[in-house]
Amino acid sequence: MVKELERAGLPTAHICSIITISKTVGANRIVPSVAIPHPLGDPGKTLTEERAIRRRLLEQALSALETEISDQTVFDGP
Amino acid sequence: MSSPKPKPKLRAVHYLNQFFAGQGGEEQGGLEPLWLEGAAGPGRLLESVAPGLEIVGTLVAGDNYMAEDLESAVSRALQVVTQHVDESAIDLFIAGPAFNAGRYGIACAALCQALGNRYGWPAVTAMYPENPAVDGYRREVVMVRTTSDVMGMREAVAGVAAILDKLVAGENLLPARDGIIPRGLRQNYFAAASGAERAIEMLLCKLRGEAFANEYPMPSFDRVPPAPPIADASRATVALITSGGIVPSGNPDRIESASASGWGQYSIEGLEALNATTHRSVHGGYDPTYANEDPNRVLPLDMARVLEQEGRIGRLFPRYFATVGNGTSVEQARRFGTEIAALLVNEGVQAVIFTST
Amino acid sequence: MTLTVQTFAVSRVSMGGASDFVQGHLRIDPEALGSRLRNLEPRIEDARLHLAHPGDATRLLCCKDVVQPRFKLDAKAPGGGHLGVLDGVAVVTCGPIVGFQEGIIDMSGPGADYTPFSRLHLVVLELQVKPGTRPHDHEAIVRAAGLEAAAYLGEVCAEAAPTETQEVLWNEVAVDERLPRIAYVCMVLTQGLLHDTYLLGENASGTIPRVLDPRIVLDNGVVSGNCVSACDKNTTYHHQNNPIIRLLLDGHGKRWNFVGLVMTNVPTRLAEKQRSAEIAVSLTRELGARAVVVSKEGFGNPDADLMMLLRGLELGGVKAVALSDEFAGADGGSQSLADSTSHANAIVSTGNANQRVRLPPMATTIGPLADAERLAGGYAGNLGSDGSMEVELQAIMGATNQLGFSNLSCREV
Repeated sequence: MVKELERAGLPTAHICSIITISKTVGANRIVPSVAIPHPLGDPGKTLTEERAIRRRLLEQALSALETEISDQTVFDGP
Repeated sequence: MSSPKPKPKLRAVHYLNQFFAGQGGEEQGGLEPLWLEGAAGPGRLLESVAPGLEIVGTLVAGDNYMAEDLESAVSRALQVVTQHVDESAIDLFIAGPAFNAGRYGIACAALCQALGNRYGWPAVTAMYPENPAVDGYRREVVMVRTTSDVMGMREAVAGVAAILDKLVAGENLLPARDGIIPRGLRQNYFAAASGAERAIEMLLCKLRGEAFANEYPMPSFDRVPPAPPIADASRATVALITSGGIVPSGNPDRIESASASGWGQYSIEGLEALNATTHRSVHGGYDPTYANEDPNRVLPLDMARVLEQEGRIGRLFPRYFATVGNGTSVEQARRFGTEIAALLVNEGVQAVIFTST
Repeated sequence: MTLTVQTFAVSRVSMGGASDFVQGHLRIDPEALGSRLRNLEPRIEDARLHLAHPGDATRLLCCKDVVQPRFKLDAKAPGGGHLGVLDGVAVVTCGPIVGFQEGIIDMSGPGADYTPFSRLHLVVLELQVKPGTRPHDHEAIVRAAGLEAAAYLGEVCAEAAPTETQEVLWNEVAVDERLPRIAYVCMVLTQGLLHDTYLLGENASGTIPRVLDPRIVLDNGVVSGNCVSACDKNTTYHHQNNPIIRLLLDGHGKRWNFVGLVMTNVPTRLAEKQRSAEIAVSLTRELGARAVVVSKEGFGNPDADLMMLLRGLELGGVKAVALSDEFAGADGGSQSLADSTSHANAIVSTGNANQRVRLPPMATTIGPLADAERLAGGYAGNLGSDGSMEVELQAIMGATNQLGFSNLSCREV
C-alpha cells in the first residue's frame, strides 16, 4: 500500500515494527517502531512515557516526509 | 450389430499471420483480416497430428495490421469470424504458433483472450517463453511452450495437439506435464508425501549437491522511486493510515480480521484522541489487548493532534483510513493503496503517515 | 534416558455410563469429566461435551486447540519413562475468547480433506467461563481444561493392555560418524494473548532459543496457547506428533545422524527477532549440524524471523530446508511471503492459505455459526442461507501446517 501512495507522488512515512519486511517489500521512508502489538506505545510504561514515544516516532515520520531521498531510507535518528 | 460411433471431431477456428497462411511476406504486413475455409499452413500439419481435429476455417491478418491499433484490429477480426461461423458449432480457438515473433505473439494472445471472452471458446496459442506477449497475457491465455524459431514447428504443433482434449474438457493444465508456459499462479494440490517427508528428502538432495525442486522460489518485489518530499510539514495536509485494523467500535465496514477485502475511512473531525470505547482492533494477527486498551498505540491520533496544535503539522486530514494487513495478499494491498492514493490526491493531501503492526 | 511409548488404539468413542476402555471402545462418563473440569477451575461456568466422529455431517466452529489424550505410567520427566498414547482420538477445545477466533473442523465433505483432525474421534469441550474473566485468564482456563480432559481420558485407559509398545531411542544409539549430521530448528509463536506457546509448563517466550531433547516435544513438553491462524498454528496435537522429529528419529543412525533440536521463538520486537535468530543459528552450529530443517509457525511477521534464520544458517555453512505456507491471494496470483532472502533457496510449500473452499451445510454445527464471517479466513456474506459457507483454507484447523503434518502443497501453474 505504502508503495502505491509513493507511486502516486505522496511521500509516505511507514512506521512499522519489523522494518526488515518493510525493506524487502519496498517502502521508501521507514521509521522503526516499538513492537508488533503496540507499535506506537509500550504497555510497560506510563502514559506520559508512551506519549513521548509517539511524539518521537511522529517527529521522525515528519522529518522523513521532509527529506529528499534517492533510495530506501530508515529514519531512526533523533 | 452396429459399430461404435466414432467420436465427433473437435471443430476449431485457427488464426495465422499473413506469412504462415501463405498470403505474402513482410510487404503484406498490413493485410486486413480475411477468412480461408479449412486449414492452412501449420493448420494442416496440426490436423495431421491430431486426427480428432477439424479446422473449420482460418482467420488471417497481417502482423502490422494487428499491431498498429490492437483493439480495433481485434474487433474487426472478431467480425470476420462471426460472419463465417456459428459460435455454437465451434469447440475451440487456436492461434499460431508464434515462436519468438513479438507482433504475431501479441496478436495470437489477444485473439485467444477476445474470442474466449466473447464466445466462451477454450483457446490456445503457442510461443517461446520470452515472446513479449507472455508477460501480459500468460495469466489468462493458455500458451504451449515452443522454441524461439520455426525450426521447432513440428514439436510446437505436437504440443498443441497433445493438450486439445484436456483444454476442451476444461481440465487443469500443468506446466511441467503439459508443456505450457506457467501462468504465474500458485495452485494447491495434494502431494504424494507429507511436507515433513518432502523437507527431509529435499535436505538430503541439497546436502549431496544433487538437483532438487524448490517448491517456492523467492519472490522479487518491485521498487518505486521515492516521491519528492514536502517542503514543510507545518504547511501540509497529512493523512493517517493504518494496516493495524483500528476501526470505530462495531466495525461498520466489516473489515475482515484476516485477508481483508477492503479498507474503511473514518472521521476524526473534532476528535482529540482515540479511546477504548470509540475504537478497537479487528486485526487477527496480533494480541489485541494493548491496542484495545489504547488504540493510539497503533493509530497515534492523540499526539498527531498535539503536533497539529503546536503547528508542526499544518492540518490533519479529517478522516483516517484503515485496513487489516493480516494474510492480505500483496495484490489486494496494492489495490487498496491505489484507491486511497487517488482519493487523497484528489482531496489535496500532500503526505501520509502509515502505521503497521 | 529412554522413552517407551505404549499405544492404545481407540476405534470407537461413546458417551454415557461409567468411563471405561474395553477392546478399543472408549466410553466417557460426561458427568465425571464435567465435574473434573469444574473442580479444576471454578471460573468454568459451563462445560458442554460433544462427540464428533470421522464421516459425521458435523462442523466444529471456533476451535482453539487439539490435544491427544496421553498419560504417564510413571513419574518420569517429559522425554523419558513410559508414555501412554491414545491413538485415533483427540480432545478439542472451542468457544470464543476475544471476539472470535477461527478454527473449523469438518468431519466430512470437502473441508474434511484439509484437516487431519477429521480422521479422529473428537471429544469436543465447549467452554463458558464466568463473566468478567480477563482474556488472558480465559485463554489459560481453556488451555488447562483441554489438557485436563486429555489426561482424564488417558487415565481411563491406564489399566488396559497396549496395542503396541515402542522404544524411542536417540542419543544412546552409537552412530556411524560418516552419516550426515542433521539438526532441526522449530520456530514457535511467542507473541502474547492467543499467540503463545508453552514449554514444560512455562511461557516459552522467555525460555528459548534452546537445545532440547526432541523426545520432550513428543512427550507433551510443548503446549499450544495459540488460538489464531487456524491453518498454520501448531496445535498441541501437532507438537505431540511432530512429524519432523518422528522422521528424524526414525532415520537416526541409519540414514543420518540427528544431532538435535533447537526450539526458537518468534518475538514481537525487531531487536529480539535478530537476537533469537543469532542464538538459534549459533546453537545449531554448536551441534555440529551440516544441514537443518526449519519449521515455521504463523505467517506475516514470522516470515521475517524465518528469513533471518535461513540467512544466518546458510552464511554459517549449514544447508537449510524450510517449510512454509503461502498467502498468494485467492487466485494464487500474488507474492506468497512477507519477506524474502536469496539464501532461502530450498522451501517446502505447505499450501496457499488464501485459497477458498466451499463447505456444504452440515446436519450438526457445534459453536457459534452466526460469527463465522468474523473468523480469520471468513468474510462478509460468506454464509449461505442453507448453512453452507465459503472460507479461505486459513480458517481450517491444520490446513497448511508448517510442521509438514499433511500432504497439501502448492505449485506454479
